[in-house]
Amino acid sequence: MNSAANAALQRRQLITRRTEFVIDDLPTTGNGVVVKPLTSWEKLYNQGWLRKTMILLSLAVFWELYAIWLGNPLLFPTFSGTLESLWNSTVTGELPSRAWNSLRILLAGYAIGIALAALLAVIAITSRIGTDFLEALTAMFNPLPAIALLPLALIWFGLGNGSLVFVLVHSVLWPVALNTHSGFMAVSNTMRMVGRNAGLRGFGYVTSILIPAAFCSILTGFKIGWAFAWRTLIAAELVFGVSSGSGGLGWFIYLNKNDLEIGNVFAGLLTVILIGLFVENVIFRQIEARTVRKWGMQH
Amino acid sequence: MFMHDELGLAPDCAAATTPLLEVKGVTLQYKTKEHLVTATYRVNFEVMKSDRYILLGPSGCGKSTLLKAVGGFLSPTEGNIRLNGVEVTAPGPDRMMVFQEFDQLLPWKTVKENVAFTLIKSGTLRGKAAEDKAMQYIEKVNLAKFANTYPHMLSGGMKQRVAIARAMAMEPQILLMDEPFAALDALTRRKMQDELLRLWDDTHFTVLFVTHSILEAVALGNRILLLSPHPGQVKAELNSTGEDDLDEVSGLRLSDRINRLLFAQPVEDQGGTFHE
Repeated sequence: MNSAANAALQRRQLITRRTEFVIDDLPTTGNGVVVKPLTSWEKLYNQGWLRKTMILLSLAVFWELYAIWLGNPLLFPTFSGTLESLWNSTVTGELPSRAWNSLRILLAGYAIGIALAALLAVIAITSRIGTDFLEALTAMFNPLPAIALLPLALIWFGLGNGSLVFVLVHSVLWPVALNTHSGFMAVSNTMRMVGRNAGLRGFGYVTSILIPAAFCSILTGFKIGWAFAWRTLIAAELVFGVSSGSGGLGWFIYLNKNDLEIGNVFAGLLTVILIGLFVENVIFRQIEARTVRKWGMQH
Repeated sequence: MFMHDELGLAPDCAAATTPLLEVKGVTLQYKTKEHLVTATYRVNFEVMKSDRYILLGPSGCGKSTLLKAVGGFLSPTEGNIRLNGVEVTAPGPDRMMVFQEFDQLLPWKTVKENVAFTLIKSGTLRGKAAEDKAMQYIEKVNLAKFANTYPHMLSGGMKQRVAIARAMAMEPQILLMDEPFAALDALTRRKMQDELLRLWDDTHFTVLFVTHSILEAVALGNRILLLSPHPGQVKAELNSTGEDDLDEVSGLRLSDRINRLLFAQPVEDQGGTFHE
């Protein structure tokens, strides 16, 4: 007997023999999965907005208690006091018009920044020298704080919206370009070939394949760009907000600090926060839900 | 580009004599960081109209690279590839690729939009006409219920069926399939092979099919090109009836003959360096 057959025989001898069985008619009903309903507490806890609201509310309560305990409204006004200032400056129309001034400039800078970033990213994806160009520029300018460019901007564009838009573009352009480019680079080879197989080239290829395929990174770039722009704008307005008597939120904060209206300073800061929360949790969340989440590209 | 009618009064006769696709002395090379790799060396073959032509070989024989060259995604360093007598220089919708990877479907488009995508972007059809054509082919692969579903909701086999529908909806001169069933489980794979043959019975499309599975090659192909590895060279070209018949000369089944041909020389250590 050869060794392979021997080994097979040994293998068979080592295991315990059992009888086989086959079930001919399996029950077709009554074996459904039992669905266990969630408790109402679990249902509530699963709501993202509710969890976040709870966090915000507890922070507000903590703020209120601490401010009462401190008892110095000049240093740290209470939450209710801040809300009161917010209400007062809202009904007089001052705060909304300040906020609108800020937002207008912000949107202008944001839009120009994104347009330039798109241009740079497209140039970068089409040629190797373009890639080098984008990499060199972002390596140089991305670490440069926008505020550091403000003195130069003042000399070039004067005391006014031009300077603000300039520093805004600077703060938006690099993160958006960088994210868009890395998103383009990450598009799979298969998807590129699908596009080229359909005969797509140039602009059509970018809009039909690259941009939607890289939309997750592009959106991240937009978010980072938005946060950078908001920060830069408020800071720049604090340094010099006034242009023909229509300053923005930063200028509002600065003036009220000078008048020791600390409640208003906090109201201004709260407005900045509220707008930020709105854009992040409503606008960007909606865009995500309608795009990358619906497409299963993000969970 | 020939349309079906332009082939004349005797299409069968025309199809039998002039090859649809001619690959002549094609050497393909690509560069890695350190090496210039020769994927195939002076490969010749001809695909006739309505052929189910299989490129079969172990990994490293350059069969995928060869298919991509026919697709126009890379150009030969030597030799040429002609489709209907016209040299292939760039990718185009007359040669539709079906890939192995599931991400060949565009995740931001529904099943119907994915199938209509190439029709619209290549300028073949537009609007309602593209949609109708897309639906027609989605029904052919039995996915009508999922027409408005996004790809991430589909199983692997369904995704591949959408990709096949998308390629077939273009009614290309030749369908190029790059191991389209390799990432599927064995059961789904069998079903997909039967389904592909059923689709072929309908329209008798021409397909160039890459695989490393001998059984798949025997089941699907009517003509099988065997390639040897490193670099890919033509080893044999065999006929298949799909039944794994006994060969009269050797007394062997087709799959056994292929096995012997491919593994006649001792299996070398391939190291797995090259993506095939």
